[in-house]
Amino acid sequence: MKKKIAFWAVLVAALILLPPLVLAVKQPYYVDLVRRIMILAIAAISLDLILGYGGLVSFGHAAYLGVGAYAVGILAFYGVASGWAHFAVAIGASALVALAIGAVSIRTSGIYFIMITLAFTQMLYYLGISLAEFGGDDGMRIKTRSRFPLVDLGDPVTAYYVAFVLMLLSAFIVSRIVNSRFGMALRACKSNDARARALGFSPYPVRLIAFVIAGGLCGLSGALYANHTNYITPSLMSWLQSGELMFMVILGGMGTTAGPVLGAFALLLAEEVLKGFTEYWQVILGPLLVLSVIFFRHGLAGIFSRHE
Amino acid sequence: MNNLLSVENLSKSFGALRASDGIGFDVGEGETHAVIGPNGAGKTTLISQLAGNLRPDAGSIRFAGEDITRLSAPRRSRKGLARSFQITSVFPEFTALDNVALAVQAQAGHSFRFWRPAQQDSRLTDPASRVLSEVGLTERQHILAANLSHGEHRQLEVAMALATRPRLLLLDEPMAGMGIEESQRMIALLGALKRRLTIILVEHDMDAVFRLADRISVLVYGRIIATDTPEKIRANEEVRRAYLGEDA
Repeated sequence: MKKKIAFWAVLVAALILLPPLVLAVKQPYYVDLVRRIMILAIAAISLDLILGYGGLVSFGHAAYLGVGAYAVGILAFYGVASGWAHFAVAIGASALVALAIGAVSIRTSGIYFIMITLAFTQMLYYLGISLAEFGGDDGMRIKTRSRFPLVDLGDPVTAYYVAFVLMLLSAFIVSRIVNSRFGMALRACKSNDARARALGFSPYPVRLIAFVIAGGLCGLSGALYANHTNYITPSLMSWLQSGELMFMVILGGMGTTAGPVLGAFALLLAEEVLKGFTEYWQVILGPLLVLSVIFFRHGLAGIFSRHE
Repeated sequence: MNNLLSVENLSKSFGALRASDGIGFDVGEGETHAVIGPNGAGKTTLISQLAGNLRPDAGSIRFAGEDITRLSAPRRSRKGLARSFQITSVFPEFTALDNVALAVQAQAGHSFRFWRPAQQDSRLTDPASRVLSEVGLTERQHILAANLSHGEHRQLEVAMALATRPRLLLLDEPMAGMGIEESQRMIALLGALKRRLTIILVEHDMDAVFRLADRISVLVYGRIIATDTPEKIRANEEVRRAYLGEDA
């Protein structure tokens, strides 16, 4: 417990102090980098709810990232600039898409579940490519960023702190959910499905609701991402992106609060460092990831909670 | 005695194997009804059909006057029909207390609450602690279920079934794999539950069966060849030949 508090305290302090420090040494790039990591950490946190706590190996979580981002892009395209509208539609649309995908795929399990979630997301990916009006394969520029009173997402440092607060809030919300009655039911269904049914739990609605919550939260990440890059492409919904989100969760530690955050930072920072050395960085990152999975069975978060 | 459970003509085949072949029996309210039979007689198949984990090919199951033949396992559980498993089936990553609290929660039916921590909810933990003390696991309540001994797992199984506050308890070999001492403790526990609950007990331990049961049904090759009081079953020629052996 003490270790956990220390971990969050250090993380929060470091992330608060980072922008003034890197701006003082004239390296604004790092504000952008860490902001991107924090936005994707929100997506990883949402995936952990269903993957880590629900045992639902969704190989299509990038779908909601894409739906959230396109919601912002399309609204802006039609001249809607209100940030409240952008974010509400992004979260709502992602949750709805998750409801539709989840309603079908949660009836299956195991390898079928993985393939169905992947297939649905590929459908959305190709839909994105075929929408010529919204840039098709090339993607589209966001016409106007989400506008909020007092908060300007166009300012890199402001956007950084918005992503920071929303990341912490997401982690907090998910940690509340997984320890609530609902969360206990969700985890029980993962732990022993037959037993949970015998006790009177109905796994299907429990899993579906978790799936919808995760989709909505990932939509928030997508809306932030659109504002971050100011440019969206269908590749946001590709299976590579889904795989990267899964890897963040597994590397960081499934079914932990800190895991997806740690995983997002570790994976994207490693990518960044290796890119600086060589253009064949994937050749190094791949084996590193394999080794980390072998040696950190409970993910990076397991290092902090081994003795609990 | 009112019948709490009535089974009629229950049949289930796996390919050519007739695991349940026209099974029919009644269990009265408050009765402890044992089902015995040699290995492969179809005892677990019967329990699974009663609990709703297996759909029968034909026949009907009535529970408290209602036809439950087509209800799912969770629905039956919420109606007051609880089962324990022959092979230990608990939530290994959770503590003993959490396991039982989950059972309380499942029965209460309030699982769609998303904010308050369930592990500090006394409406769940208080009843769970009470049941744990009833089965004698109070001192082990904060141990992860994965780290409990075999006998303790069996006790936890019964505690979880009890925590759903069932009207009918289906116990699938609660003494399986237990040492003598653990068995005696389990028999004492079930003896204390007798009368308070209606129990269907599938068990190989004849000592336990003859001490606990009000009536016994003997299952051989998917058919019930006799249902009677323990004394009459002991004396029944057909049963002796089929199952108990001449020395019983």
